[in-house]
Amino acid sequence: MFTLLDLVQPDNLAEAYQILSDKRNNTILGGCTFLKMGSKRIGTAIDLSNLKLSYIKEQAGFIEIGAMTSLREIETHKRLMECFNGVLPKSVHNIIGVQFRNSVTVGASVYSKYGFSDLITTMLALNTEVELYKSGRMPLIDFLNKPKEKDILVRLWIKVDNRKAAYLNLRNSASDFSVLNVAVSKLEDQWTVVVGARPRRAAIATSASAALSKGELSIEEIEDAAKRAAEELSFGTNMRGTANYRRALCQVLVKRGIMEVLQCK
Amino acid sequence: MKKIGMKSVGQSIRKIDGMAIATGKPVYTEDIAMNNALVVKILRSPHAFAKINSIDLSRAEKVEGVECILTYKDVPAERFTLAGQSYPEPSPYDRLILDKIVRYVGDEVAIIAAVDERTALLAMKKIKVDYEVWEPVLDFEKALGNSTVVHPEEDLSCNFDIGLHKEKNIASSFKEVVGDVEEEFRRCYEVVEDVYYPQAQAHAMMETYRAYTYLDHTGRLVVVSSTQIPFHVRRQLARALQIPSSKVRVIKPRIGGGFGGKQTSAVEGFAAIVTLKTGKPAIIIYDRKETFSCTTSRHAMRLKVKLGADQDGIIRAIDMQVLSDTGAYGEHAATVLGCVGHYTLPLYNKARAVRITGNAVYTNKMPAGAFRGYGATQGTFALESTVNKLAERLKMDPTEVRLKNISKEGETFLTGQGVLLGSSSLDRCIEKGKELIGWKEKFPRREIGQNKVRAVGMAITMQGSGIANIGTASVEIRLNDDGNFTLLSGATDMGHGCDTILTQMAAEILEIPMDNIIFVAGDTDTSPYDPGSYASSTTYVAGTATVKAAKDLKNKILEQGAKLLGVSLHEAELNGLAVRTINGDQEISLVKLAELTILGAGKLQLTSYATHGSEVSPPPYVAGFAEVEVDQETGKVELIDYVAVVDCGTVINPNLARMQAEGGIAQGIGMALYEEVHYNDLGKMETNSFMQYKIPCRKDVGKVHIAFEESFEPTGPFGAKSIGEVVANTPSPAIAHAVYNAVGVRVKHLPITPEKVFLGMQKL
Amino acid sequence: MQINVTINDKLVTWDVKKDEFLVDTLRSHGLLSVKKACDTSCCGLCTVWLEDKPVLSCSILSLRIHGKKITTIEGVPKEAEEFARVLTAEGAEQCGFCSPGFIMNVLAMKNELLNPSEEEIIHYLTGNLCRCTGYMGQLRAVKTYLGVL
Repeated sequence: MFTLLDLVQPDNLAEAYQILSDKRNNTILGGCTFLKMGSKRIGTAIDLSNLKLSYIKEQAGFIEIGAMTSLREIETHKRLMECFNGVLPKSVHNIIGVQFRNSVTVGASVYSKYGFSDLITTMLALNTEVELYKSGRMPLIDFLNKPKEKDILVRLWIKVDNRKAAYLNLRNSASDFSVLNVAVSKLEDQWTVVVGARPRRAAIATSASAALSKGELSIEEIEDAAKRAAEELSFGTNMRGTANYRRALCQVLVKRGIMEVLQCK
Repeated sequence: MKKIGMKSVGQSIRKIDGMAIATGKPVYTEDIAMNNALVVKILRSPHAFAKINSIDLSRAEKVEGVECILTYKDVPAERFTLAGQSYPEPSPYDRLILDKIVRYVGDEVAIIAAVDERTALLAMKKIKVDYEVWEPVLDFEKALGNSTVVHPEEDLSCNFDIGLHKEKNIASSFKEVVGDVEEEFRRCYEVVEDVYYPQAQAHAMMETYRAYTYLDHTGRLVVVSSTQIPFHVRRQLARALQIPSSKVRVIKPRIGGGFGGKQTSAVEGFAAIVTLKTGKPAIIIYDRKETFSCTTSRHAMRLKVKLGADQDGIIRAIDMQVLSDTGAYGEHAATVLGCVGHYTLPLYNKARAVRITGNAVYTNKMPAGAFRGYGATQGTFALESTVNKLAERLKMDPTEVRLKNISKEGETFLTGQGVLLGSSSLDRCIEKGKELIGWKEKFPRREIGQNKVRAVGMAITMQGSGIANIGTASVEIRLNDDGNFTLLSGATDMGHGCDTILTQMAAEILEIPMDNIIFVAGDTDTSPYDPGSYASSTTYVAGTATVKAAKDLKNKILEQGAKLLGVSLHEAELNGLAVRTINGDQEISLVKLAELTILGAGKLQLTSYATHGSEVSPPPYVAGFAEVEVDQETGKVELIDYVAVVDCGTVINPNLARMQAEGGIAQGIGMALYEEVHYNDLGKMETNSFMQYKIPCRKDVGKVHIAFEESFEPTGPFGAKSIGEVVANTPSPAIAHAVYNAVGVRVKHLPITPEKVFLGMQKL
Repeated sequence: MQINVTINDKLVTWDVKKDEFLVDTLRSHGLLSVKKACDTSCCGLCTVWLEDKPVLSCSILSLRIHGKKITTIEGVPKEAEEFARVLTAEGAEQCGFCSPGFIMNVLAMKNELLNPSEEEIIHYLTGNLCRCTGYMGQLRAVKTYLGVL
């Protein structure tokens, strides 16, 4: 059963961070949809609602997304639908339902580093940075690779560049977690292939990405890159699919992602 | 589809409780429970099989606000079954309220009652149980004769022989043979066989299991429960608690879905024993996890089917071997097993020999129970898949094979003891379905580019309408002092609308508006007996009782009206809300008639009473057609269209019938493509939430089209048969057929996941 | 702890526990239309509006709605009845347990989307599970109600 002893709504990040650091079981709240399922006994829950972190704005060449922004806002944001062929709205489109997406926050989704995350996969294929209160600003990939330590994810920065991108997934049923998700992007000649829900956390297929970036992109080369992605990444088995199936699926979805990006305007 | 000359029957009338439930009025069990009820929680076994050595309650009982904690030492020692079936139940008495042996992960160990949920949960954590952990048997294919015996106890009993051999883990066994099967197979031109594995499926009704209990002003136990079976609950509780059944009253409010789940009494006993022990009101509400993992599911099965046909495609021999997983307890084990053949084999009556054998085995998993379709669903998947395979071997269109072989009106079938088929429009259902799905253009497959292929598949099915010679419903109708009527029934509306359907029928016979009927049901103190809403009974069985009672009352009203008008009976007719003479020169309103008859000098309240039980259980039919699109690279199946053409006899309420059909098809689609109860290696259920167990959402069901091909069932009310269950059966075989036609992969283990299709394609 | 909230256009002060969720708070104050069916934030039965947006009341800590506005079906009786008439005319409420949450999301959709396509309707309502109807009747009712046949 979900329990907490206290709930605070600090007025600034310093205070929030101070409370967070005070005790091991003090926790930042996102939308609570996942948190409440756990049986964790929370000491002080820290609600960032007063910190004006629910926003999406574009300035100085970046799209800035506050940690308390809901997935629904990402889904319906006009500018995000234009940027990167709309991959960000696309990637959250199938997550449960509108009410759920109205509650779930971007900050909690990224900070939790969930393996099944659709959003992290897509963001990894873009030039995304994470801004943490204590550790500062860093590329998303660095954040994902960093060991878990208590911090507050304040906002995300996505560089607005001329990147083309595609997001694909396969779900056993429409509102389920992905069996596998894939994001592919291309900036000039630089390709990035990301595969998530393996079921482990999203990872960049570096060898496949590099091969594409050098290649002429014949159909053989595309297929070869897709195969490389399937070979270089590790896959696991859970109720939704076996490692072998995920590997096979990876090849198909990566190939389709590349083709889609090539057709992007 | 309006019936000429009928005012209520055949009309799409809104459900009489529709507006209240749709707009959230407080009419469900939890809404009407008293605030001061003790909250009941259950401590459950973490082991699949274990004996309780000791339970230490000392710390738990000290928690402030804990009212009582009960263990196996505190419950009566009389075994019983929770299966909602007419007495004598054909299910083994293999349960106690709490037992010293726990038989699956989630089996009940202790009952905790406290002032609120937090307190009960806190106390639960402080209970220490010492278990002797035993080796469980989890794989139902290894249960038979396993060294692990799920029910080692000596005091397990049956009301009559259902083929139980507990030392072999067999809860029930079954065999029916007509003709020389082996000989017929030898004579056949084509013989096909296969093995199928329909999975366990969760009912997943939106309102979880719940009940609250209290003692009334005479000290009787009152149980308010979201149940399909109030009268069976009363009888079961009397036995389980060892109290006279006259001391128990069961009330059923509005129900948030049942689908057969609430035909097994999952929760009532726990609250009831708390109320008996403490004298205080108690409430138990299962959360979703308990609903998934501590109640019942559809029986998982293995079915071996062998079919033989002659050169013309006439099916001459059928052999079916069934293994059914009943889990830790035997609720509905025997009857579900029996229904596998009972509701499939009569589809095809040109066979000269039929054999069906089966065992339902105990395992250390959550028990299986009643679920819409009740064995027919599993049997249909296996038999129809095999018929589709046979059609391919014979190079015949599968719809033609059906049309050649199906039973027709007025015919008998081999295992049917001479009963004539009273009504069937199955042939028309098949023709209509072909037309609606576009069979001619689409069968078997079409490439549509981008690695996608579309294909169609089909299946037919039947069910029963009530249980012949067992299901018996009673109905009472009264003319009230104000000229209105009260209709009393024991049928239990669980959302499907039987309150409305029975009111429609009574209004039709009595020639009055439905608003003039007060419908009262769901209370064992006031309702006439009814076994409850299951086995596709209410329209057919309770409906016939309603028609009988209404006709009887109508006669009584006419007699009384004629008397008051001073004319002979044949000169009087019921017209609107009055009795009048046929020539129209005299009339007396029902209001006046009631006043003169019931009040003061009249001294005669007109009532009628009818009990109906049918000697037959006429089958409704469905022809189901699926169109799928399969991704040849990933194996992903998308359901494009589903057409179901239904013969439920006369359609009493087209909207409610359509809704039953669409809902049943959607549950069938869930079973075909998405749903699976899954356990880990230790026997713990992993699919215990809507996040892990995926019922279809509205993006998962494609487009479902329902059409009706009415027949007229001579034994049914207004010619009606049932519809509730038959609609759940066709999706699995029809979709599996379509997938095969698309990519050549026969998926025999349900559900048909992308991975299974993909693996199948790899092997081609 | 006390919270001040506007519930169905009425300002109230309620005592809530620190780890209490909105669905329980609402039910304990007699707003019994709000149903609970999943514990995992994915069935949609507990849908209410928070500042006019549909949310899952099972996942919102009651303390977090201090100073905010909540609407349940009891707060929009006219609109709810109007749509419920269409829904029940189809027979698409069936057991009715999921209907209040569903209706709240349909009304939210009506306020948010202008002339939605069938695909948009289905997408918007995906978070509302129903085990009885198979969704087709609900879709017919919504299309009739919105006049987007």
